[in-house]
Amino acid sequence: MKKDLLSISDLTSDEIYLVLDTADAMREIGQRPIKKVPTLRGKTVVNLFYEPSTRTRTSFEIAEKRLSADTLNIAVAASSVLKGETLADTAMNIEAMSPDMIVIRHPSSGAGHLLSRICRSRIINAGDGMHEHPTQALLDAFTIRQHKQRIEGLKVTIVGDLLHSRVLRSNVLLLTKLGAEVWVAGPRTLVPAGIEQMGVRVSTDIDRAVADADVIMMLRIQQERMNGAFFPSLREYFEVFGMTRARVARAKPDVIVMHPGPMNRGVEIASDVADGPASVILEQVANGVAVRMAVLYLLAGGSEAD
Amino acid sequence: MMVRLLLKGGRLLDPVNGRDGAFDLMIEGDRIARVGRDLPIETDTTVVEVPAGLLICPGLIDMHVHLREPGQEHKETVATGTASAVAGGFTAVACMPNTSPVNDNAGVTEYILTKAAEAHLARVYPIGAVSRGQKGEQLADIAELKRAGCVAITDDGHPVATAMLMRRALEYAGMFNLPIIEHCEEQTLKADGVAHEGAHAAALGLRGIPGEAESIMALRDIALAELTHGTLHIAHMSARQTLDAVRWGKTRGVRVTAEVTPHHFILTDEMLAAPIAYDTNVKMNPPLREAADRDAMLTGIADGSVDVIATDHAPHAFDEKHVEFDRAPFGITGLETAVSLCFDRLVHRGVVSAARLIELLSVNPARILNVPGGSLSEGAPADISILAPDLPVTVEAKTMKSKSKNTPFDGWSLRGGVAATIVGGRFVYVNPGSSLKI
Repeated sequence: MKKDLLSISDLTSDEIYLVLDTADAMREIGQRPIKKVPTLRGKTVVNLFYEPSTRTRTSFEIAEKRLSADTLNIAVAASSVLKGETLADTAMNIEAMSPDMIVIRHPSSGAGHLLSRICRSRIINAGDGMHEHPTQALLDAFTIRQHKQRIEGLKVTIVGDLLHSRVLRSNVLLLTKLGAEVWVAGPRTLVPAGIEQMGVRVSTDIDRAVADADVIMMLRIQQERMNGAFFPSLREYFEVFGMTRARVARAKPDVIVMHPGPMNRGVEIASDVADGPASVILEQVANGVAVRMAVLYLLAGGSEAD
Repeated sequence: MMVRLLLKGGRLLDPVNGRDGAFDLMIEGDRIARVGRDLPIETDTTVVEVPAGLLICPGLIDMHVHLREPGQEHKETVATGTASAVAGGFTAVACMPNTSPVNDNAGVTEYILTKAAEAHLARVYPIGAVSRGQKGEQLADIAELKRAGCVAITDDGHPVATAMLMRRALEYAGMFNLPIIEHCEEQTLKADGVAHEGAHAAALGLRGIPGEAESIMALRDIALAELTHGTLHIAHMSARQTLDAVRWGKTRGVRVTAEVTPHHFILTDEMLAAPIAYDTNVKMNPPLREAADRDAMLTGIADGSVDVIATDHAPHAFDEKHVEFDRAPFGITGLETAVSLCFDRLVHRGVVSAARLIELLSVNPARILNVPGGSLSEGAPADISILAPDLPVTVEAKTMKSKSKNTPFDGWSLRGGVAATIVGGRFVYVNPGSSLKI
């Protein structure tokens, strides 16, 4: 493995499978009565979050604690960044305390790359702007594999705000690398120019995009996007792109429906789909801990054979 | 007794006077006295032997630089900027008005000219603002700016947002024979974009700026220049659509000219991803575009649609660039890399001849700005660039004269460079690495 996990493109196919296989073993730890192993004892992990995040930060923290790492959470309010010290200075200050790993969530694309150039510590990207969220894609792949036993050859349809989604970019890189057929669908105003060059099929016709899909992956619609006139109203968005039971029915009978959270019920996904039999949304959350344990463990120098 | 300086040898290249070959050049005081073959060596003459292979050209003029003074002296000053200019082979620069305060009145213009006189290196031609404070609301005192020494007006960095103000500016400035330079960028379309809208920005999660943000405004301004019979110069073209707009304007007889920067005819948005992902030294405005745009710029340079190569020298301090990509300021330095990049990528690759390059870097900027220079005519100011087309050069940011080191070309190996720069008959720069010995 490379020093840092900034992007899915940092991983080879073999390394992705190594993470998934390792996560299998880690999941088992989470099912024990005493959910803790000494693997990262004496290692320090800093969770540096420049954006509010409940799910990802909690997931990393639980993963770190189950591996017995010493963890430190630093939450930086975006407002203080503008008048306060630069990311480079913050990074150098944290680095001076010699942590082993820094998990960073930041509103700017490429923030992890900047950290990586400054720090000797290993950097894990927990979401950078509109760029990537690699551990999310890994936990999504883990969840898909649990249900489908494979990734290669599956039709995966990703629906929603493609333009602003870091989950999209990481998932596209991972799924295409492992041989899935990836479709992306959303309003034309939220399709980034040139996205087809990432090896995906692009459609603005959601019914066509979900037809015979093995996996439907929903992306969150952020209500503040309305100000950018990307679409007229949430009601109309749901009408045209919302994931309803009727649309799920166009996919394969054993389709699974995923969502990275937090969900907007009635905007991108109907409640009866979110809570329905095809939904694996809460499994994704559970798997997040195991996958992040695997990433932390492997980056700290472990191998599956240990 | 006037000081005489005789440049002997080398290849003299003066497209305006149709000279290209072994001509000697005699300087008396600050003027070119004689140009001819095998000039006799008179008494009290310092003879400078110019080795074969070096080019003696009319002084290069960079018509688009940011000297940052007054107000942002931590990035650059008139003194460091003109030191950078002469080290890059430029005998003159035209500096943009987006200083602090904005160069929208004679006081600021005179301040810049005073600083330039103190530095006593390259000539400095201030460019005034189109609108007061570059706010796009009210015209600046354009006649006053002209009287104080401004050679053009622009709201560079803040395009003139309304068609009405642009129309008025073209009409009004036309009375004083001042060209308007436009940084074409339709602001609502650019929005908060930081990179060219395309596959690389998409993959890296960077907000895009389409080429149309530039061409839309170029088309508007060309139409307004036609309406008003004004003189328009399009700054730093980056998009192929803009080049087409300029061609369209020229075929209609509109008085429109255009410039391209070396980075826009060499680099593409691939640089966003590699070799250094999110390198803020490839963040500039307009952004690096895709290969088709870059290639279009080369075609435009070759076929004559492009009039000028200018650097858009935009120094920023290290700390300002050492931040997240979307928070970094736009711009790179350019004065000390332009000549090497032009020889390496244009002349040695057969895009243009050396003579055409001199038109792009000297003749045309002088003509567009109505300033002296652009030729080696007898009686003209002795502003001369001695260039070394075959000099191997390794770009080294840390040794540059500019106060700022924000260049994406650091470490590049190029063929072609500067041997010496003469302003007003005085050697203001001699490259110790060249074969010229003074």
